[in-house]
Amino acid sequence: MTVADVAPRGAVPAVGQDVACTHCGLPVPRGLVVPDAEQQFCCAGCQTAFEIIHGHGLDGYYAITERRDGPVAATGRTFDEFDHPTFRQMYVRPAGDGLAQVDLYLEGVHCGACLWLVERVPLIVPGVARAELNMRRSLARVVWDDAAVPLSRVARTLDSLGYHPHPFRGLAVETMRRREDRAMLARIGIAGAIAANVMLAALALYSGQLGGMEGPYERFFRWVSLVLTTPALFWPGRVFFAGAWASVRTRTLHMDVPIALALAVGWLRGTWNTVTDTGPIYFDGLATLTFALLAGRFLQQRGQRAAADSAELLYSLSPSTARVVDGSATREVPAQALLPGMVLDVRAGETFAADGIIASGRSAVDVALLTGESRPVSVEVGDRVYAGTLNVSSAVQVRVDGTGEQSRLAKILQQVDESTRRRAPVVQLANRLAGWFVAAVLLIAAATVLYWYPRDPASAIDNAIALLVVTCPCALALATPLAVSMAIGRAARTGILIKGGDVLERLANPGTLLLDKTGTITEARVVLSHWSGADWIKPLVMALEQESSHPIAAGFRRAFEGVEVMEPSLTTHVVGGGIDGMVEGWHVVVGSPAYVEARACRRPGVVMPPSYLTPILVAVDGTIVAAAGFGDPVRTDARASIDTLRSRGWTVRIVSGDHPTVVAGVGESLGLPAADCVGGATPEDKRRLVDQARQRGNVVMVGDGVNDAAAIAAASVGIGVHGGAEACLATADVYLARPGLAPLVALTEGASRTMAVIRRNIAFSIGYNVIGATLAVTGVINPLIAAILMPVSSLTVVLASWSSTTFHADRAV
Amino acid sequence: MSVIFLVVPLATLIVLVAVIGFVISVRRGQFDDLDTPALRVLHDDDTPKHDGARRSTR
Repeated sequence: MTVADVAPRGAVPAVGQDVACTHCGLPVPRGLVVPDAEQQFCCAGCQTAFEIIHGHGLDGYYAITERRDGPVAATGRTFDEFDHPTFRQMYVRPAGDGLAQVDLYLEGVHCGACLWLVERVPLIVPGVARAELNMRRSLARVVWDDAAVPLSRVARTLDSLGYHPHPFRGLAVETMRRREDRAMLARIGIAGAIAANVMLAALALYSGQLGGMEGPYERFFRWVSLVLTTPALFWPGRVFFAGAWASVRTRTLHMDVPIALALAVGWLRGTWNTVTDTGPIYFDGLATLTFALLAGRFLQQRGQRAAADSAELLYSLSPSTARVVDGSATREVPAQALLPGMVLDVRAGETFAADGIIASGRSAVDVALLTGESRPVSVEVGDRVYAGTLNVSSAVQVRVDGTGEQSRLAKILQQVDESTRRRAPVVQLANRLAGWFVAAVLLIAAATVLYWYPRDPASAIDNAIALLVVTCPCALALATPLAVSMAIGRAARTGILIKGGDVLERLANPGTLLLDKTGTITEARVVLSHWSGADWIKPLVMALEQESSHPIAAGFRRAFEGVEVMEPSLTTHVVGGGIDGMVEGWHVVVGSPAYVEARACRRPGVVMPPSYLTPILVAVDGTIVAAAGFGDPVRTDARASIDTLRSRGWTVRIVSGDHPTVVAGVGESLGLPAADCVGGATPEDKRRLVDQARQRGNVVMVGDGVNDAAAIAAASVGIGVHGGAEACLATADVYLARPGLAPLVALTEGASRTMAVIRRNIAFSIGYNVIGATLAVTGVINPLIAAILMPVSSLTVVLASWSSTTFHADRAV
Repeated sequence: MSVIFLVVPLATLIVLVAVIGFVISVRRGQFDDLDTPALRVLHDDDTPKHDGARRSTR
């Protein structure tokens, strides 16, 4: 059997007819059609796959046609919004030669074949000059002729290839970062090249001092060192002088002051000694110092970049699409492409993708993300809703007026971004120490000069320089942020995203650990394990539960799969209660016993579930007709993790909105005393518990839901777990990207190890400086030895931070 | 040994050329993305117009 027999779509195409890929059956883009070929392929991946399958004589695979019904990854959207003037204004920039340029974030980029495919877009779409993809960041830069082809056409092509394009939002930040990175890299390169060459000259000089060297040669190498070092100080080293000048102007003593002073004094003295041909030159030390400090700063910047990237993760967690109402139909549109004036359809349990005014419907909105208030606020036509807030109770339509960076959510995310840059108190401590330290060093240097000058003028200057060089506090100010950013970077690789360095400090000391039950301790896989009621009730329950995002609703949907679905009307959701609505003329209430029993009575023949299950009652027209019981399996690693944490001195408590008996049952299985298992807690209760515990010390709140958001925000450290709600993740200080509680153990262990490293670094650099300063002031060491000792101390501390095992992947199960 | 008076400046000149080359390559963005070009070089050069070789030099 040949391929053409079973895949007629792959046969030689007639003109104007769509050609289907022999392997996957998707249409082959016109630019990739090979004329007169029997087999046509939409991408290199398909061709390779076909060759492997064909080569093994497995062509029968292509006879299985069902496979082809669903492989289409394209959304088939029109992307009309890409041609909108507002869109152009926000994302499109001129690229010269009358061309326009846009950066698109592509979904689904994963391998080299994707790169090949995306960069063939100019072949497929005439009018596109270039398409360049950055693999790691999935960013494609498209340069195209605006007059020849609309951007929506390009977007549709990318979409048809299976890469859904979204406009890239953080363009301004990106450009700034890139400029910074390039400048820093150039500086490091120059400083490194100079340092290496000055070192070569220094090697000649040192061996000359040992083995004897003729005067002219020695003088020559001294001049070579001077000529080489001077540009290193005035180009790459300029940042230190600029920093010192800023520090002097703002009257805050900064690390850069002694560095700049040492560089300047060392250079002046070295130049003087070179010209007069007397005494030591310090150029090798100065050049190496410049290089080492710049490299250290670059590493530090990279660490902070990693934190900023995790803030970008929040961008991707904010809703990515919205349903735009277009006449009578609705269509999905990425949130970034929303424009003022569009009308959105937002169902209960969904997050608003843009700021806007309610155009129709009434509902309750959870604004915990914005205000920290956990109680839903009711809204009706004319009220304002904000992007990122949760529509709790029923479907509404919203007229968009603020999108993208104008939305309130974007402003909050900017604050999140800022908080990622906020420094750990311990880093600030190091900076404060450095300030005092600098003042002390400057005073001692002045005293040294005053003391030695009457006795020995030449050694007065030498000793002062030795002091300035040897006490350079870079070990102090470099190693601490380095240790923090290394820990954050390593943690990120093990699936623990930490948004600020201060978190580590607060996690290092045991305190109270409050755990949410559902989704945190348990798997949040709600399983229906008890049902007492007639089958005719099931469709009524499904009608109410089909649109809810509550885990119980998901449990019903899984259990009642295949049950006929009816349209409900007038549905109301009550957080912590249940759902109320009309289905085919029946008044149906599904919810917790307290909620349902307040609205219905009499329960003929309905058997309540056993107490360890979460009970849900169903009432129809005021009569309780069914009872369901949901169980939620405890995570396998929960017991071991909680035991470890308790043995480390943490007080572990469970707070849950679930029924107290359920919570007590879970607590018992985990070996927790009943007093530490709080059930039936409302979001307000959770927050109050956090506030109470805070009076006794550190409180860590771990949760996953919107109902935990307020408690997470109030805690000393808020931790959001894998699969949590957006609001909760946005307020959390730490996000655990892996399921289970084991990462929690790794996090606390890693935090205390990081703090140990920092304390060790600070102790080492203070001890080193005290000894070094004593030796320098008394004239025991000359500036040359000081210049050698200084980088050695920094290097020791840097290596200590580097090699310390704060977080490691293998330990994290 | 006096050849050293000639050789060291020459070596310095070579270093200067290398440094200038490095700075130019950094400014042209050759260090911005270290992952993609390694894959791009594996692709057949079947692009009909070769202005893709003229990299953006912002």
